[in-house]
Amino acid sequence: MGLSTQESLKLMDVCLLAGEMLLRSGAETHRVEDTMTRMAAAYTDAATHSFVTPTGIVFSIDKVDSTKLVRILDRSTNLHRVVLINQLSREMSKGSYTIDQAYEELQKIKQSNQGYPLAIKIAAAAISSGCFLIMYNGVWNDFLPALIAGGIGYSAFSWFHFLVKIKFFAECLAALVIGIIALIFVKAGWGQSLDTIIIGSVMPLVPGVLITNAIRDLIAGHLVAGLSKGIEAFLTAFAIGTGIAFVLAWTYGGMS
Amino acid sequence: MIWQALTSFIGSLMFCIIFNIPKSSLFKCGIVGMLGWVVYYAMSIHQINPVMATLFGAFTVAIISQIMARLYKTPMIIFSVAGIIPLVPGGMAYDAMRHFVSNDYATATSLAARAFMLSGSIAFGLIFSEVLNQLSRKTGNHKQDNN
Repeated sequence: MGLSTQESLKLMDVCLLAGEMLLRSGAETHRVEDTMTRMAAAYTDAATHSFVTPTGIVFSIDKVDSTKLVRILDRSTNLHRVVLINQLSREMSKGSYTIDQAYEELQKIKQSNQGYPLAIKIAAAAISSGCFLIMYNGVWNDFLPALIAGGIGYSAFSWFHFLVKIKFFAECLAALVIGIIALIFVKAGWGQSLDTIIIGSVMPLVPGVLITNAIRDLIAGHLVAGLSKGIEAFLTAFAIGTGIAFVLAWTYGGMS
Repeated sequence: MIWQALTSFIGSLMFCIIFNIPKSSLFKCGIVGMLGWVVYYAMSIHQINPVMATLFGAFTVAIISQIMARLYKTPMIIFSVAGIIPLVPGGMAYDAMRHFVSNDYATATSLAARAFMLSGSIAFGLIFSEVLNQLSRKTGNHKQDNN
């Protein structure tokens, strides 16, 4: 399967586009490398090399005098896209696409928007906050406050993240909002336990995908990616903690 | 116990919506989250060390996620994410911070250390299941699968 230089470059584009979308959507680093290698192997015998970190992808095919780099600036979680590209890569391995068709298919996935609407996500965050409250031995009286605090907290996060493109800042402010709402509920006598309400409502902000990915990347031997994702998760947790600490310092009056 | 199972199912399912998991997988993710939490909860009410309970919870989640990933030919992360979230020691980390803020550093550091241990046990639960997965691949006649 000798490809001409032109075709090899096209193949490189296909692999990089898939890798870029996977990384942006919250896939593990080793999955990105694996998918790119498999995609390329479906069309060429030449060995491929990829180096993926959470902020960039380097990819090259042997005997082609070109190596490409893609910079990744923003990352969010859209696991639906990961599933779609995974399926596409399976199909490509079976040989059911030409390079051009694969490129078009990837563009289609890129343009279509598979995410749930924001309103549904906010509702989901609200309901999960209430459920987590019960799981952490909260009382049913606190269910509604946690539901409301969680919903408003997640909307605040989306709104702040839309305004300022710094994720940690948005998380910190959202946690602050959650703390204040929980405090208002407890002071007004509509909620019993400030602690469980806050813990339940903060859960939708917890960096779950990052934690799991960091561990899986570390196990797979991707030390650079694993460590940097771990630090990102830690920073997120720290941002949430800071927001809550403001409210706590005010309530418990420790920071005199 | 029934309420615990039910709320963990709904909670995990809702979490999947936040992470944009396809509709067809939502129910399965809820099941994974529920089983992981039920294992953890059953162990913790029988006075078993929370570190062990979290380890087994995470292990259960990872094993079931791997099985589901093979069955439905979807990435494993789809299932494991939903199940891991409830096990994350958010409550303990919160408690630690509360003590830090009220200048009770002795209690705070010990709580923080425990929260750290719990996170470590989540990691080990995932690692053990990965090891088992690779062992079964090497010994059995499983086809190489990119899950």
